[in-house]
Amino acid sequence: MKRLLTLSMFGLLFLNGLLANSLGAAEIKSDIDVMQSSFKLFSSKSFKDKTTAINSIADSGNPIAITVLEALLDGKLYYHKKNKDIIVIQDIGSKSYDLKNPITNFSLGEKTSKQLKKEYKKVGINNKLRGVLNEKLAALTIFSDDKKIRLSAARNMLKNPSSSTVDVLRKAVLQEKDAEVKELMSVCVAAADALSDDVETQLRAVNSLSGSLYPEIRLLLEDLNTKYTENSNVDKRILPAVQSALDSTKLKTGFYKQLENIFFGLSLGSVLLLAAVGLAITFGVMGVINMAHGEMLMLGAYTTFVIQQIMPNSIEYSLFVAIPAAFIVTGLIGIGIERGVIRFLYGRPLETLLATFGISLILQQAVRSVFSPLNRSVITPEWMSGSYEFNPALSLTYNRMYIVLFALLVLVGLMLLLKKTAFGLQMRAVTQNRNMAKAMGIRTGWVDSLTFGLGSGIAGIGGVALSQLTNVGPNLGQAYIVDSFMVVVFGGVGNLWGTFVGAMSLGVANKFLEPYAGAVLAKILVLIFIILFIQKYPRGMFALKGRLADN
Amino acid sequence: MNGVSVSFDGFKAINNLSLYVKKNELRSIIGPNGAGKTTMMDIITGKTRPDEGRVIYDDMVDLISMSEAEIANLGIGRKFQKPTVFEHHSVYENLKLALEGRRKVFENLFFKLTSEDDDKIQEVLNTIALQEHYKRDAGELSHGQKQWLEIGMLLMQNPKLLLVDEPVAGMTKQESEHTAELLTSLAEKHSVVVVEHDMEFVRSLANRVTVLHQGSVLAEGDMDSVQNNQKVIEVYLGE
Amino acid sequence: MMKYKPLIFRLLENDKGGKYFIAILLLLMIVVPTCNLLIPESSVFYISTYVVTLLGKYLTYALLAISLDLVWGYLGILSLGHGAFFGLGGYAMGMYLMRQIGDRGVYGNPILPDFMVFLDYKELPWFWHGFDQFWLAMLMVFIVPGLLAFVFGWLAFRSRVTGVYLSIITQALTYALMLAFFRNDLGFGGNNGLTDFKEILGFDLQSDYTRNALFVCSAIAVALGYFICRFIVDSRLGSLITAIRDSEGRVRALGYRDEYIKLFVFVVSAMLAGVAGALYVPQVGIINPGEFSPINSIEMVIWVAMGGRGTLYGAALGAIVVNFAKTYFTAAAPEVWLFMLGGLFVVVTLFLPHGIIGAIKKISAMKSKKTKASVEAQKLNISN
Repeated sequence: MKRLLTLSMFGLLFLNGLLANSLGAAEIKSDIDVMQSSFKLFSSKSFKDKTTAINSIADSGNPIAITVLEALLDGKLYYHKKNKDIIVIQDIGSKSYDLKNPITNFSLGEKTSKQLKKEYKKVGINNKLRGVLNEKLAALTIFSDDKKIRLSAARNMLKNPSSSTVDVLRKAVLQEKDAEVKELMSVCVAAADALSDDVETQLRAVNSLSGSLYPEIRLLLEDLNTKYTENSNVDKRILPAVQSALDSTKLKTGFYKQLENIFFGLSLGSVLLLAAVGLAITFGVMGVINMAHGEMLMLGAYTTFVIQQIMPNSIEYSLFVAIPAAFIVTGLIGIGIERGVIRFLYGRPLETLLATFGISLILQQAVRSVFSPLNRSVITPEWMSGSYEFNPALSLTYNRMYIVLFALLVLVGLMLLLKKTAFGLQMRAVTQNRNMAKAMGIRTGWVDSLTFGLGSGIAGIGGVALSQLTNVGPNLGQAYIVDSFMVVVFGGVGNLWGTFVGAMSLGVANKFLEPYAGAVLAKILVLIFIILFIQKYPRGMFALKGRLADN
Repeated sequence: MNGVSVSFDGFKAINNLSLYVKKNELRSIIGPNGAGKTTMMDIITGKTRPDEGRVIYDDMVDLISMSEAEIANLGIGRKFQKPTVFEHHSVYENLKLALEGRRKVFENLFFKLTSEDDDKIQEVLNTIALQEHYKRDAGELSHGQKQWLEIGMLLMQNPKLLLVDEPVAGMTKQESEHTAELLTSLAEKHSVVVVEHDMEFVRSLANRVTVLHQGSVLAEGDMDSVQNNQKVIEVYLGE
Repeated sequence: MMKYKPLIFRLLENDKGGKYFIAILLLLMIVVPTCNLLIPESSVFYISTYVVTLLGKYLTYALLAISLDLVWGYLGILSLGHGAFFGLGGYAMGMYLMRQIGDRGVYGNPILPDFMVFLDYKELPWFWHGFDQFWLAMLMVFIVPGLLAFVFGWLAFRSRVTGVYLSIITQALTYALMLAFFRNDLGFGGNNGLTDFKEILGFDLQSDYTRNALFVCSAIAVALGYFICRFIVDSRLGSLITAIRDSEGRVRALGYRDEYIKLFVFVVSAMLAGVAGALYVPQVGIINPGEFSPINSIEMVIWVAMGGRGTLYGAALGAIVVNFAKTYFTAAAPEVWLFMLGGLFVVVTLFLPHGIIGAIKKISAMKSKKTKASVEAQKLNISN
């Protein structure tokens, strides 16, 4: 894994070098000459010499300058005690370092910290130099050709707007062509201006910051608000301006906060959907509640864990193996439960409930005995981690996005299975009228088994999804089973659409209530709501109607 | 019953149905499967709520908004299509539970059987020819005996209107003749509505017949006129 | 008193199992305190106070099982939330016991229980007032579970929620209560619940005499609970209750309001469960939100199933047998216990649908058939 990463990074750097080369070998060569002559100054004791070196390196404008200056700022720039060669060190753990030539970026081998100190000496800096470095780096990065570097530079400045960097920024704004970067830069400038002593500048800046989504700006405005509320001897126009800017900011971030809540709710709903859909179809077809259904989630999650243990070198692909594996494992266990126990309890739904509860206890204890009662953590693949930032107030994590997408895919697949295949047709027939289906020659026992296997298998792949959100433990299923029941009760039975709407609305309702009532109270409120809901719709939102439904 | 409609998931089970039954009338209702016969009974007894229309009982009481138990206590008794008796109770116990009056919780908790009650039960046992079986569990009875027990339970309730759904299904010829006699004699004191498929049985009742089709009345009259009705023949024999 | 005696005998007249059950209870009431208090510790017949308390605990479970059997075995409603009523009864008793501690708590506050001082309560919450009075607390043992059962039952039965749906909703009920009681700001001690009790009605809870008295009270409560349930199921209402279980539609068509009947039975059952909880708390010395956990409630169901539902005494027997096994195995082999409990659910539902009592009845029926057959065979031999 790690090796893969470093490899790809090397590749990138190499590519970078190639690009730079093609831009103009002559230019770079002269830059390198400048740098190499400046590097010699770093071994000098005089800070004046070092300042000269920094200036000439920075003025070259070469991307290598950023690496060198950053290393200097972080205390990672060393020189050889004898030949005065400059190197950049990289911490690779356990007190050893990787040494690199800053210009060629080639590794010069690894050294322990003892060896390092014996041969090399750190290039020392003082506070004044640090200031110079910050300024030069800001200028270098903010004028960088790479948009990403410019963006992150501006973002860094926003965190700590200082007058020296803002001056650089003012120039940069004028030159900037990219709209996104330009916007961020002007916000930075405005943030600095908002602290200006000149009332007019301040007013203009505050007004332009109105409705800004950056948390830093919100903090800044809040600080200004408290400052001016306490202190009345300032210009009268300032406080209302700050307040209206703050209100607008709060309103907007509040809106995005709600969007984020909806997203969280939908992702919770997706997990509930995966957990409940199997429950709903088995209940629809066979009229039994499978209390061991939660354990199928748990087993699916453990399957993911086991798969990752088996293939530790290709975690990136582990989920693609885990999904079918979990489906097969839990599906087979489901069929086993149906063949071994439930078949004998046909027509006695309450007894089935008890027997499957017993099975759930056995499965939990079995997992506890095999894997230990402690939680296991499942690794999230690279492509699922991180988040996508829509704007500073709204960023959605990839794992949740994938889970929503995955749940929808499963739902669509299931709908197709039910609507388009012979098995689906038979299943629907058994749901509507078991005796008639039997009379038509459908092997209802066979349909029962496969339905049960299907329901359990879907719970299993739900477990794979769940393993990406929480830790995997023997009680994982318990946490979701009551909620899944509520989804089935709410959405009605034997109707995928109902399960979908039920799961999503419960998920969203839970997440919406949470900020106001806290997680526990939110859950209680939802439970109470459902108890009241079935007063009006005892058979759920999308129940079958008519005489047949009574039986 | 006036202009009653009900639909399940878009399917109109009852479509603008109007039906009037007089006091002490014996009325037979026939119709092909899915004509809405049982649904009509569900509506009268309050089991199903209609989408529109009114059900008036005894000239003034609107049954639409009442619960099943309230309707039963007004004097409307019902025999279900599938014989529905308490299978784990003895025949005697079944009739005891059907005794008229005393429907409240605490009345039942401190219930004591009077000799009049016992007389009434014995009388009904005689009527339904189950006096020898009174100790047996109702679940052990034959299909026809269960049908009678259910009718006997209706008699215990002493209702003014009896709704009888397929009373002779699964009965031998003899049993069904006996049932016809029983229902005819009942019509002297009660109004009786019988739903039945068995044409011979309906003929033996010799009374007014209503034909239902697709949730509304297709024809009404005595058995002969109904059987010669062109529309009825079409419905039963296909186009 | 004279008036009730014949009633009790009448109730037991046709109830063979009930006769044994009441006789055993009476025997226990006499033997256990005697063996604990009067027989010296060195004797083989000595019963330690630990065992007395353990048996007392089992008896409260027996009462709980009887109350559950009334709704499941007779009315056909599988309640997966009876732990809620048990817990509420327990909390009502626990609140009384908390107030009895007075200023002997760690913080020495004469009014506020320790956990409230710890959580910075300034004054007693309104619902804690009056719980220093024993009679009020006892009233609440009935009223609180009864009221919850009434409100819940009213909502559920009126809209005809039945079968598996009802079971799941009862489970949700106890789950919601568990979540609520885990919260500190509800005012019932949160996670830790109520504990560190000192005395009840002025008697030291740790003394052997109090423990034996509690044991006898539990036995009496079980007997009374048994008679109440037996009286209900033997009445015409009892007939109706089983009739509802077998054919709800017919009961309604006869003009009975099935929802009221269900409500009555549910509330009575909840109150009995509340009493069981109230007797449980002083004996085990603690009540916490764990009592509301869904798994507890579902475990009660297996007691009833194991013993044999629809017999009342079978339920009590099941509660005692299963809990004895639990006490033994959780100490001897905790890992095995959950496998056993899980297996018990499966085995009982598959092979013992009528529980131990059902199996005994079946065997004795077969035996009597055999003896009859052998008697007849002998007769034949003789005549030959």
